[in-house]
Amino acid sequence: MSVTPLLEIKNLHVEFKVYGGVLKVLDGVDFRVNVGEKVGLVGETGCGKTTTMKAILRILPVPPARITGGEVLFKGRDILKMKERELRETRGRGISMIFQDPTAALNPVFTIGAQLEPVIRHASPENRRLSKKELRKLAVIPLKEVALADPERLLDAYPIQLSGGMRQRVCIGMALATNPELLIADEPGTSLDVTIQDQVLRLLQRLVEQRHSSVILISHTLGIVRQMCDRVYVMYAGNMVEEAPTRKLFANPLHPYTRGLMAAVPRLSGGGVAMGIPGRIPSYLHPPSGCRFHPRCPQAMEICKHEKPAFQQAEDDHRVACFLYDPAVAEPQKEATTA
Amino acid sequence: MRTLTFIARRAFHAIFVLLGLSIVIFIIARIMPGDPARVAVGARAPEWVVEQLREQMHLNDPLPIQYYYWLTDALHGDFGISLVTRRNVADDIREFFPASLELAFTSLLITAVLGIGLGTLSARHKDKFIDNVVRVISYMGVVTPSFVFAILFLLLFGYVLDLFPTIGRLSEGVPRPPTVTGFMTIDSLLAGNFTALFDALHHLILPAMALAMGTMAQEARITRASMSENLTKDYIAAIRAFGVPERTVMGRFLLKPSLIATISIMGLDFAGGLANAFLVELIFVWPGLSRYGMNAILRKDLNAISAVILVLGVVFIVVNIIVDLVVARLDPRIGLRAARSD
Amino acid sequence: MAQQTAEWTGFNITEQELRRMRWQTRRENLGRSWYKFSRNPLSVVGGATVLIIILAAIFAPYITPYPDHATRPFTDFANASQPPSLEHWFGTDEIGRDIFSRTVFGFRFSLTMGVVVLSMVVPVGVILGLIAGYFQGSRIDTIIMRITDIFLAVPPLILALAIASVLEPNLFNSMVAVSLMWWPWYTRLVYGQATALRNEFFVSSAEVTGASTAHILFREILPNTLSPIFTKISLDMGWVIIIGASLSFVGLGVQPPKPGLGTMVASGAKYLPDQWWISLFPALAIVVLVLGFNLLGDGLRDLFAAEEI
Repeated sequence: MSVTPLLEIKNLHVEFKVYGGVLKVLDGVDFRVNVGEKVGLVGETGCGKTTTMKAILRILPVPPARITGGEVLFKGRDILKMKERELRETRGRGISMIFQDPTAALNPVFTIGAQLEPVIRHASPENRRLSKKELRKLAVIPLKEVALADPERLLDAYPIQLSGGMRQRVCIGMALATNPELLIADEPGTSLDVTIQDQVLRLLQRLVEQRHSSVILISHTLGIVRQMCDRVYVMYAGNMVEEAPTRKLFANPLHPYTRGLMAAVPRLSGGGVAMGIPGRIPSYLHPPSGCRFHPRCPQAMEICKHEKPAFQQAEDDHRVACFLYDPAVAEPQKEATTA
Repeated sequence: MRTLTFIARRAFHAIFVLLGLSIVIFIIARIMPGDPARVAVGARAPEWVVEQLREQMHLNDPLPIQYYYWLTDALHGDFGISLVTRRNVADDIREFFPASLELAFTSLLITAVLGIGLGTLSARHKDKFIDNVVRVISYMGVVTPSFVFAILFLLLFGYVLDLFPTIGRLSEGVPRPPTVTGFMTIDSLLAGNFTALFDALHHLILPAMALAMGTMAQEARITRASMSENLTKDYIAAIRAFGVPERTVMGRFLLKPSLIATISIMGLDFAGGLANAFLVELIFVWPGLSRYGMNAILRKDLNAISAVILVLGVVFIVVNIIVDLVVARLDPRIGLRAARSD
Repeated sequence: MAQQTAEWTGFNITEQELRRMRWQTRRENLGRSWYKFSRNPLSVVGGATVLIIILAAIFAPYITPYPDHATRPFTDFANASQPPSLEHWFGTDEIGRDIFSRTVFGFRFSLTMGVVVLSMVVPVGVILGLIAGYFQGSRIDTIIMRITDIFLAVPPLILALAIASVLEPNLFNSMVAVSLMWWPWYTRLVYGQATALRNEFFVSSAEVTGASTAHILFREILPNTLSPIFTKISLDMGWVIIIGASLSFVGLGVQPPKPGLGTMVASGAKYLPDQWWISLFPALAIVVLVLGFNLLGDGLRDLFAAEEI
């Protein structure tokens, strides 16, 4: 596996301005995807996974969202500083995204064809010169690829006329229609029942293998991540708390939050993940001081209430943001307990 | 096919509503104190003339029978004689209605263009200076009665700045184009009479603006609200994520879903415009149906009042069916639901 | 009934305790709502405007410089048509009456109009909407909603004008005319809410325990429709005041020499543009009053986050 970084997020901060104040939703996120790599991102609902991904593509609704700091380097260039033209070329062809809820991601008042054709038109400079007829012919291809029957007729259908599984396939087809170098898949199939979810995931896996795309797979179902990803990030309340190669993470989870996640029985249907950890995600309006996990952490120490742990290496390719593994903090503590 | 079923169902409903409306109007006309026959012939007419007329007008019959005669006459376009103009009410309506429609359409045009334009501007610069300016304007538009706007415009643009004429549809001395459609602007255009066209437009602007202010404010508020809500939707984020240029995102994928809310209240706006025209036409001495109706109301001219309300009811219902059709066309969710339900 | 409640909730609590808890939550909600409301400066401005105008209208005889000019026939041709001055803030009209005093008194008519019309219209509209909504699909639903459709088919101002025209022109009859036109809007609002609520768990559980129809309509469904109703009332105050002023403007409402705001605008319109103050100040008074109610209503709407109004 090559280790050329494709996407690198450094210290990303995002805020949401709401009626009652400012929500600090992303609080210094670090993240990296190498060329050809499949990276998993896990965490409870509302921990900022989707926000991170939307920030990458600069598709967060502004207002209320605001990116207040950090860098998003795609092939060495900062997406956050790109001009409209460069940004447009990065979106789609560079990075594309499958949204969590296919029903919300499809515009209800346009046919599938009317939504797919402009995507294909702007997928390459040559396509821009195509006639409407030729475009329509091209639009059939991604629908065929996601194994949808009768793609010709589907182009004239409105999203409301399709089943949930079909909409999910259409969304995958649209996201892959641009042949992206990096595909973000945000909890694909969560809204579907288990058998169809399984089909959709297999399909996605096959299509990605064919294209050798890099992938970011977001999920709160650990089993799926374990099965599909090379490396996994764990996220909690707007921070990355742990990162390791998949096998290593599942064999030896370090962060108390990750351990809690593993202890909660992973179920295919999703949801219920937080069962093993008492409490819930804190308010972003008044986030806990220090480590944001400390109010729920069974091993919280005094320092966790005041200082934010750095996201640093515990072993060579295993990073964690926890004072338990900070030699400067953990060692003197151990000595104190043994003495 | 879908559209046909839709129209058929709406038309059935419309006929029902119109029948109901005609009953309401009939009741209003009959609770009027005094004897319609006596009012028609005047106070000095001898008793036997009144009695003869009562018989002729079916006033001695029970109310349901009276209603039946009144309705059949109305369906034949016979609303009787106007007490004010001493002419056939139907002829009066034919003469005055186009002027009102011309005014209402002009004001609807202003409403649509300015309302949607300002709303879009506001949504795209949400919470910035320009947004606040538009919001203040639309607030004032909503809370100010149309007759106050009419007086303010008359005062400011008509008298103080002297930019626009203050009464009627055409200046004195300007040759009137032959009546074809009844719309002064279109008739002038058809006749190739550009002096009249320019003059007619000049006369139209002030009353149309006074009429449009309230509805325009409403449209701007609704456009702003639905646009800024839709901007946060996932389908906008998704189409952006696929690399579609911003121009297409805004002008196509955001505009269409956002306009549905705006267009669906346009029917109400049009009707509201016709209602407010009752006051605005009075102030600008606009020779339209509303001014005719207003004069009929002030002089208790029942035949004219009934006819005017019935005509406006028909217009309102037809406009709303058109609006519903347009909305169903734009929004497949509504179109499919309408065709599927019962 | 007390026993049943205990069984249904699954806890050993009595009816009294349940009621006390309900009151407590309601009080807490009210406190939180007030906090949210007071954070929005525009709603507070609207509320304050409305409050000041109401107080001014009530105490008009004591706070206006020339109450006589509004309450009884008065002429003073020596001081007729004076432009605004320190003595007459809004100037005087064509027969020498103080426009400021008359405007403050004019608020009385507008407020009376709003309050009387809405207190006639809201109960009727709400009850019809509750009945039609709860018995959705029945014959009574069809009858009520079809009649509602008919009244909604014509802009309220036009029918109100027509009704007012066949009655004797005065304030009371103009209120009757507007009321006859206004109830369907409440029927439709409550109908939409009631049809949604009738399938809710708390309604079916009340049905199972054998509660009377009246109990279900007024104790179970009605409390859950109150916030959109109140929001609509505060927004409608403005509309009713506008329509009332419009009726007065064309001579079908408050009759001169009584100082209705619309009446004053109309009588001053004859003296435009030279004596602009006669019309302008009453007109602005209408705008300020309606603006106050709208700001207040919008604040309430944000508070309840009620849809479909």
